[in-house]
Amino acid sequence: MTEMNENPLGILPEILLAAGAVVGLLLGAWLPRRRQWITGAFAAAACAAGIAAAAVAAPGPATTVFGGAFALDALTGTGRVVLLGGGLAVLALSLGPLHGDPRETEFYVLLQLALLGAVVLAGAQDLLLLSAGYLLASIPTYTLAGFRKDGPGTEAALKYYVMGALLGVVMLAGITLLYAAGGSTGYPALAGVLGDAPRALVTAGTLGVLAGPLFEAGAVPAHHWIPDAVQGSSPHAAALISTLPKIGALIALFRLGAVPLDAAPLPWAALLAVLAAASMTLGNLAAFFQSDVKRLLAYSTISQVGYLLVPVAVATRTDQAQPALLYYLAAYAVTNLGAFAVVCSLPHATRVEDYRGLAHRRPLLTAALVICLLGLVGTPPTAVFVGKLEMFTAAIDGGYAWLAVLAAVNTLASLFYYLRWILPAFARVDGRVPEAVAAHASAAGSRSSSASVPVPSSAQERSSARAPAPAVPATENRPARAVAYTCATLSAAMGVAAGPILEAVSGGLGR
Amino acid sequence: MLTVIVFVPLTAALLLFVLPRRTPAAVIRGVWVTTTAGLTAAVAGLWAGYDPAGGMQYETRARWMPGVGAGYHVGVDGLSLPMIALTCVLFLACAVYAWREERRIRGFAALFLFLETTCLGLFVSLDLILFFVFFDLSIVGMYFVIAGWGHRDRARAALMFFLYTFLGSLALLLGFIGLYLAASPHTFDMVDLAAADPPAGRAGLVLLAVGGGLAVKTPTVPFHTWLPLAHTEAPAAGSAILAGVLLKMGTYGFLRIAMPLLPDAWLRYATVLVVIGVVSVLYGALVALAQSDFKRMIAYTSVNHMGYIVLAVGAAAATAGTGHRAQSLAVTGAVTQMVSHGLLTGALFLLAGSLYERGRTYDMAAYSGIAGRAPVLTGLTVVAAFASLGLPGFSGFIAEFQIFTGSFGTRPLATALSVLGILLTAGLFLRALQKIFLGPLRLPDGPGTPRPFGDLRAHESTAVVPLLALAVVVGVLPRLLLDVVEPASRAVLLELPAR
Repeated sequence: MTEMNENPLGILPEILLAAGAVVGLLLGAWLPRRRQWITGAFAAAACAAGIAAAAVAAPGPATTVFGGAFALDALTGTGRVVLLGGGLAVLALSLGPLHGDPRETEFYVLLQLALLGAVVLAGAQDLLLLSAGYLLASIPTYTLAGFRKDGPGTEAALKYYVMGALLGVVMLAGITLLYAAGGSTGYPALAGVLGDAPRALVTAGTLGVLAGPLFEAGAVPAHHWIPDAVQGSSPHAAALISTLPKIGALIALFRLGAVPLDAAPLPWAALLAVLAAASMTLGNLAAFFQSDVKRLLAYSTISQVGYLLVPVAVATRTDQAQPALLYYLAAYAVTNLGAFAVVCSLPHATRVEDYRGLAHRRPLLTAALVICLLGLVGTPPTAVFVGKLEMFTAAIDGGYAWLAVLAAVNTLASLFYYLRWILPAFARVDGRVPEAVAAHASAAGSRSSSASVPVPSSAQERSSARAPAPAVPATENRPARAVAYTCATLSAAMGVAAGPILEAVSGGLGR
Repeated sequence: MLTVIVFVPLTAALLLFVLPRRTPAAVIRGVWVTTTAGLTAAVAGLWAGYDPAGGMQYETRARWMPGVGAGYHVGVDGLSLPMIALTCVLFLACAVYAWREERRIRGFAALFLFLETTCLGLFVSLDLILFFVFFDLSIVGMYFVIAGWGHRDRARAALMFFLYTFLGSLALLLGFIGLYLAASPHTFDMVDLAAADPPAGRAGLVLLAVGGGLAVKTPTVPFHTWLPLAHTEAPAAGSAILAGVLLKMGTYGFLRIAMPLLPDAWLRYATVLVVIGVVSVLYGALVALAQSDFKRMIAYTSVNHMGYIVLAVGAAAATAGTGHRAQSLAVTGAVTQMVSHGLLTGALFLLAGSLYERGRTYDMAAYSGIAGRAPVLTGLTVVAAFASLGLPGFSGFIAEFQIFTGSFGTRPLATALSVLGILLTAGLFLRALQKIFLGPLRLPDGPGTPRPFGDLRAHESTAVVPLLALAVVVGVLPRLLLDVVEPASRAVLLELPAR
């Protein structure tokens, strides 16, 4: 490998994230608790500056930096913008619930590190860098899953960690095998030699390497951690866990399929197609009768990953695959974050029934929820519709028409459980419900279990003291609402203005 | 011009939400009626300026998603102009009819205005993706109408409606992608697709997907099962729009997309369509005959009436190259039937809604002899029913006559069987009229009754009478409509290869 192209400006967004994390950590140690939001502001600035840097760099020709280890192309560029934009959204979601929290700084720092890991996954052009990105993306996220330090959070973090550690080791073993087969870890070098390498070795190595990104993406068969991790962690952390690592991982998978394994003697398309089919079907079937909104969204993300794996499967079979994947990723990130933002705005409404009558109290928020959920189905003119259109086209063009048909059937099935959530929101509440009762009703779901058990009056008083006072609901999370509105608007706008975005994401690959 | 017409209702819907919360209902109704009336006037102007021999007119074409091959392309010809006019008239009728609607009038009006945009947009679309966008949004809009303002079992009906028609729309989307990939260069533009070579190879599969998707929406047997439930539970105005306009999207799609873009496959499988058409005609009529629920009965007659259209478009294909006269007669008849069915079934559903308003049930056995109490309601229902069963002097006769004449030459057996359908509908309408309106007076006694059983109020008759008047105009002076439709139906058939 030649020692060239070590231009640090090439990885400016990544440097900004790392610097933001370090500065945040130092600053957080000195700031009083009430002022820790400043580290959050620094993190936001790092993300915003990173987006600007990535946007400036994006139109350039596809190149690689640092000895071909890190690619600068449409995949990385889109991954950067989407990840950093998603990071901004998660920061905004966290502002409310974390304000004044003793560990507020830690959250922002971990968030930036996780983002950095995901961006490295997206740009990695070398198996070793891929594994570094994997670790960097997952370890901070384990901590974020258990950030609340309560029972469900600990369980979430533990499950997440055990799965991640196991599959990480499998991935490292796979990297070793591929290194043995190809004599290199760099993608361009591997692309040249894997075609003639021993078939068994390449297959075993590839299966091992796949374990890592599939885990990060939450695709079948490495999806078991998702429902528990998402349900157990706080809503803003769940938004991050279920959206951002996937973006890096799916781009990494696409790159694996398109560059080093392009000529390798293994049925990449068939393998990924089966994984995609399994992900979308199992995710949907499991989501059918979920009543916890976070768990429902968690299963819905598994099925969404299934759709996202379709363009990965046909990566080298059609030119449509790359714009399909990148556009769908951006659309998915915006829409899913929007749905989670609605969940964050109503932290006490944990179950589908808690949304009953929401349309009367919060018509705008309900509109955002409807746009995001129908957006996840792929109703035009939202962004995911164009994503799905591209995905179907790529699948049929790539010779996988059956996968397109299966994806369509799954889309229909997914409509059922999204409607199970939407319908109660519009349920007629007979007569005019007083504002207080309505506000109370949204909180009732989370406490109904305790309310049904007779409790001593003192305990009841305490619990009602902790509960939001109906007149000034503590459930209010203004920034989250703003994020929900923004995401819903963006989701619709991206669908209507899909033309330029699609052009922006269809550049060549760095090799 | 078209773009303005399509998006004015949407703008008005958004305006309704901007108005302060305490806005009196009268203002909202005013905005609603004014918008729909203005649109009707605008479309009348459009019709006046339309040159029947001029092919596609008022075209607008803009880049939208060049990477995907989809553009913003709208225009009207003799197939879409009657549909646009029908849409405007029916939405105006619904706005007037809902003058006394009290339940969340703002949302109701906004949804209907939104639906009007999707319907108008669909009928002027000349791009498959644009068509699909409006097609899907119409489903979403109607879902909320049923779920929000429907009767007792609305949640299930709305869910079933959404799932079923969404399945159709996904099949349609896959079919569109098939068309897109078969064309070179890849495009979703209907005009370009029609000019390009029709897809070879997988054309049969593409037609299956497109035809299946449209058949769910139309609906034809065996995809009709969502229709009765959706109609029974939807509010009266929602049913009128669903039957009057939304069902036409399916049959319009046959004429606009399936036939011209897949001519070879269409020709090959025309017999299948004829069979489906005949089965829909007979099955729809027989099941309607067995209903005791007035609204459900009208819903099934829709299956029957849509069956004639499918028969006509199937039969038209078989005559390709033999003589365009008879063939274009069938297609013209199909378009006339769409207009006629829209007007008459729209009127019938609104009248059924008035009946429900007074008696709180659709069960025909619960009513008897209300002619004495409500002569106007009776008179209008009788007129609508007779018009619907194809009595000369009304639009239904013109439509069915053309369909049968056009189809008989090539499909004598199928046409003969379908004529039986007319007999059956005549029987079931007469039976229903007799049960409800004649005989000794008996009114339903259920919750909410007894209450004064009044005659139609001014806003109800104002909504229904113009629909029936238009049906008479089409029936007596058919050239007004046919002069516009005929050149377009000939143009559609020119796409078909000669046998």
